[in-house]
Order: sequence, then C-alpha cells, then structure tokens
Amino acid sequence: MQATKQEIIDKLRQDISAWEGFRPQVPGEGESFGLGPMEQSFQGRVFPTGVLHEFISTGPEETAAIGGFLAGLMQVLLKDGGICIWASFSRRIYPPALKRFGINPDRIVFIDVQREKDVLWVTEEALKCKGIAAVICETRQLNFQESQRLQLTIEQSQVTGFILRKGAKLVPNTVCLTRWTVRPLKTQLRPGLPGVGHPRWQIELIRVKNGRPGSWTVEWKNKGFKFIETRKELLQRYA
Amino acid sequence: MPKRFVSIWFRYLLTDWKVFREHSLSGLPLAFTQPDHGRMLICASNSMAEQFGLRHGMTAADAKVIAPGLRLFEEKSGHNLILLQHFAEWFLRYTPLVMLDPPDGLLLDVTGCTHLKGDETAYLLDMVSRLNDMGYTVRAGMADTIGCAWAVAHCATTGFIVPPGGQRIAIAALPPVALRLSSDILLKLNQLGFYSVSDFIHMPKSVLRRRFGNSIVLRLYQALGQEPEFLLPLIEPVPYSERYPILEPIRTREAIEIAVHELIDTLCKRLYAEGLGMRAATLTYLRVDGKSGQLHIGTNHPSQRTDHVFKLFQQNFEQIAPALGIELFILDATKTEPAIDKQSLLWSGKSGTQSEMVAELLDNIAARIGASNIHRYLPAEHYLPEKIAQNTIDLNAQAADWRSDKPRPLQLLDPPEAIEAMALTPDYPPKQFIHRKERHIIANADGPERIECEWWEQPDGYRDYFNVEDEEGRRYWIYANADKYWFLHGYFP
Repeated sequence: MQATKQEIIDKLRQDISAWEGFRPQVPGEGESFGLGPMEQSFQGRVFPTGVLHEFISTGPEETAAIGGFLAGLMQVLLKDGGICIWASFSRRIYPPALKRFGINPDRIVFIDVQREKDVLWVTEEALKCKGIAAVICETRQLNFQESQRLQLTIEQSQVTGFILRKGAKLVPNTVCLTRWTVRPLKTQLRPGLPGVGHPRWQIELIRVKNGRPGSWTVEWKNKGFKFIETRKELLQRYA
Repeated sequence: MPKRFVSIWFRYLLTDWKVFREHSLSGLPLAFTQPDHGRMLICASNSMAEQFGLRHGMTAADAKVIAPGLRLFEEKSGHNLILLQHFAEWFLRYTPLVMLDPPDGLLLDVTGCTHLKGDETAYLLDMVSRLNDMGYTVRAGMADTIGCAWAVAHCATTGFIVPPGGQRIAIAALPPVALRLSSDILLKLNQLGFYSVSDFIHMPKSVLRRRFGNSIVLRLYQALGQEPEFLLPLIEPVPYSERYPILEPIRTREAIEIAVHELIDTLCKRLYAEGLGMRAATLTYLRVDGKSGQLHIGTNHPSQRTDHVFKLFQQNFEQIAPALGIELFILDATKTEPAIDKQSLLWSGKSGTQSEMVAELLDNIAARIGASNIHRYLPAEHYLPEKIAQNTIDLNAQAADWRSDKPRPLQLLDPPEAIEAMALTPDYPPKQFIHRKERHIIANADGPERIECEWWEQPDGYRDYFNVEDEEGRRYWIYANADKYWFLHGYFP
C-alpha cells in the first residue's frame, strides 16, 4: 500500500510536470554536457535542454564568469552545427574569446537592440525558430508573465533558452526551470608556479524544478569542465 | 512590335500650378518673372495674360502697362523641373517608361500600354482629361517616334494620334518649329521661305546638310523614324516588377493587406518559375491625390515564399498613409539571386531548411530593429583587440580559424576605463589598482603581452597587457599604454 502511494505521487509529479510543458528528459538521449556530479541534481540526471535557464549576475566579473560557463554548455549544443542567437541591450561580450571555450564565434549571431524592451521580443522570436540551437538573452528585467510567455514559446519549439540577468535589483519568481549564479574563484596552479591558472568558478544552482539545488567548484581545463572537490567534501568522503 | 510614344506638353505649367495652389487666382492674368541684368523679365504667363499680348522676355514693367490687373510672381529657378518630376512620377500609373522633356514637357514610351484603358484614343483622353480636371492645360500627341509625337503635341491643330507609319503625312503639314530645331536654323528657314516641313521634306539629305547643318537632318529623320532616338527613363525599370491596379481606391488595412498579398504572390510565383528569389524589394503605392510612398525590405537569403515576404512588409504597414485611397501598388524585386533548390538540398543531406528558417528569423528581426543591429563576427587580420573581429551579416560566409593561443577576456570594455595602478618595478604587473573607487589587491598576474598598433594606424602606439587576478579571485585584463597610463580593458571569466 505504501509503495502504491509513492507510485501515485511519482505519477502525479510526472503528470504535473508534463502539464507544465516540461518534456521529461530521457537519460542518454541528449548529448552529454560533461557536467559530472552536477547532473545528479536534475530530473533524469541529464542537463535539461529545451527549457529556460536563468543566470543571475551582480557585476561584470560575474557576467564574464557566467559567459564562460554558458560558452562551455554551448559547445555541446552547437556540436552538430547550427546557430546561436545572443540578444542583448548593452553587450560587452568579446567574440574572439569564445574560441577558448570551444565555440567558433562565427556560429553566434549577436543582436544588439537599441531599446531595452526589444530584447524580450527578439528572444521570443528567436525561441520560436526551430532551426536555432540556443538563445541567450541578456536582460535586466524579466517578470513572471514574460517568463511564462517565453516558456510557452519553448514548449512549441524545444529550443534551449538562457536568460542572463545583469544587475537586477529585484529577482522576482519566474517559470524558468533553473536559477544559477556563477562566481569567479581564485585560480590555483601547482604550488610555486607564478601566474593565473585555469578559469575557476563557484557554480551554484539556487533553484531547480524537480531536482536538488547544489553548489560546485568547477574549473575549465582542456575544453571541458573539471569538478574540484573542496576540502570539506574530501573530508566527508574519507571520514 | 512597333513602338508608340506620347509627348505631353504643359502649355502653362507654372501658372496652372499657381492656380492649382491658390484657387482665388483662377481667371486672372498671371505671369512669372525672373531677374535678368537688373530687370525683371516675363518667363511664363497664362492664356489670359497672353490675350493682352504678353510675350516671354518682355520686361515686367511693360507687361504691367499693357495688361491691367496682371499678377506677377517671382520664379524660383528649377521649379519647373521639380513639377515635371512630380508629374513624371504621376505618369508611372500609365507607363513605366517616362522621361522629362524640359522645360515643360514629358515623353512617355507607351508601347503595349494603351490597352489598359481600351484603345489609344481612350488612353490619351484619360491622361489629358485627368490633367485638365486638375486644372492643367496640356496638349498630347501620340506617334511611332518621339520626334513626331513631340511635333503633333506642340504644333498640330488636329490629328493628335498619328496612326502607325503615318509620320511623314503628319509632320509635312506642320511648321518647321515642330522639328525641335535651334532658333538660328528656324530663322534661316523662315528667310528662305520654308514655312512648312512639306517644303523641304523631299530634299536630299546632302542638300539639307550643306545648307542648314547636321541637326536638321537628324531631327527630320528622327521624326520620320529613320534615325534612332532613345528615351532615357527617369526610373530604371526593374526586370522583376509587378503592378496591382485597384479600380476603387482602397484605404483600410484589410484591403491593403489583401492587395499586397496578391501582389507578392504574383511576383513570387514568377520568381519561382525562373528559379530566383528576392533579396531586396520595394513596394510603391500611388494615392489618388497624386502622392506616393515606398516601403523597402531586404532578406538574408533569396526568398520566394509569399508569406515570408508579406510578413516583412507587414511589419512596416504602419508607415503607409492611404489618405483618400490608394489606386496602384507596384512591387519591384530590386535585387534577385538564384534561389537554392530545396529538393537538391534534401538529397545532399544538408540542413538547408534550418538555415532558411534562421535567415527568415533574422529578416523578421531586421525588419523591426534594423539590419545594422545584427552582427556576426569573422576573424580579421588585426592585432588591436577592438579590431580583431570583422562584422558581417552574411550567414553563408565561412570563417577562417580563430586564434585561441592567447587568453582574451570574455567581457570587453569599449572604451577602456582608466584605473589608478601602481607598479613597483617598471614593466612588471602592478601590486594593486583602483577602479571605480574599489581597491583590488593583485594576487597573481600573467604578462606583459605587448600589443602594437599597425604603424599606418598610429605610429609607436603600443599597450602592455597584463592578465591579473585579485585576492577575491576576480580576473581582469589591464594595460599600460606608451605613456604609462593604466586602463582596465576587460573581464576574464
């Protein structure tokens, strides 16, 4: 009886998520993003595509770090060819730097709008287009209704959308599947070596639907993510 | 097919225009003057003024004496050309080939157009009566040659439509002035007693040339159709152009949408049949009040899909001001390219439809926010970081390899922001820097990497770049220029 109750609840959860427009991710169906332990946080243990991801940035340093993480994800999304749209109002991204993260900058079409409110229009139009691999939207504001609109568009087209919120004062609730922050961390080279090492970030998954939030220390090395176990985690493991 | 030309002569172009603008002046003797050597000379007058014996070139003072109540206006030079230009655009509803014939005429190539109004008489009558309704006195002539049409329009009293091949009979009865000759030749002809073209039309070419020069022979034979004469159209006709005349002028958005959709459909079908797609198109609408307007679109790939082209135009429909109604739409495919054959793409297994979808998306975006805001970058052969990427919008342009041997920041400040920095040793990274009142203690640094300008851009301009990391793990790209001022140029991820 107990098991059936659990089964009923699981079934209901799945149904609700289907009604909300989320396609269940089948393990091994999509490309592997090489996200290792991070993938345990998601339903089906696969990084979800065809949904909205939201990144919160408080300063240019964090925006740059998010850009690096995004570029790492895009590398997988753009593997089979395709075009990515990067819509922004005040863009500072420097295309040649993306090459270090495994993307050819010429595969991204940058759309720099003159009016801030056009960003969401461009994003919605781009999300409607099934021929696009992913859409990145740099914006300051995104309220609940706007995110709903984008989500409804995505349900039709199954394009992956990334919302990069720069310098937002208020962070209202949205229907995005996940919410992330990425903070740059001090790099570490082998002891004694001078200079700056590989980019290293503290990636925090603040919110995720049907999953477990978490926080990871990640390094970008040899065109892939490398997860660093912190001292605390190591102690926990060997305790 | 024999050519047919129409010559339109505005008998009183400037004065009719004045009356059109100010109705209170109708029925009054009017004249326009222009300054000449300190005097005011009459340069245009209407029929009422001419009844008093006014002639062109008369001084304004004399004219006022012989014509009581004469109203004089100063002529702005080139005004007649502006008016003619407007009329030429207005005449596009009759034929696509219109040429100005200064000072007060227009020439139209109406080959194959006359059936639009039934026959030649109805066609010519329609033009003249509509201009008369506007208050313009015009004379029009139609013939197989430009010269003959001009001659009958200016000099004939009857028979304004010369039947095909009837040029010789038509011009024989006219005075020599009908041949568009210069005044000294006309004077000579008059002195010799040639009062009509029939007096010398039968003379051999060599005799005429010896007596009066080459121009009389040229003009005579042009009028007869034995020498070629070309019409240089005001607007270059576009090979892929479609027109949609509307019987009852339309002004509602629904009606305009239906009309434009039909028009695009016709053109797209034609392009499809020829394996072409449009890259740029112009929609011109002509209103009943003689005004016109245009909408332009451009596409990223050759398109022959009606719905797509219609959607691009639809975004700009707010710009159409129909006023009293639109009576004609013209759609010109100003730029066409061979369209990609979708079926062959299907076999080759390329994702042709995908790139087409992307191109259509970009067209839509460009139509709303402007194509200049869409960027795609290709590597450029420059060293300065600001110039390392060249901008393109062509989706099919292939990129060379991007360099990735040197670390570059993901966020670049343009322009770089000045910082206060202290380096203990010259050419070494600074120990700390202050940017926007925030102090950053530098923990690690790489560099310097010297980037120099090309010598033709700026002689001995160089920058020493450092890739630095502060104690909180934030990474920056800073440089010192040749004058040892420090700048923050970017943020590393």
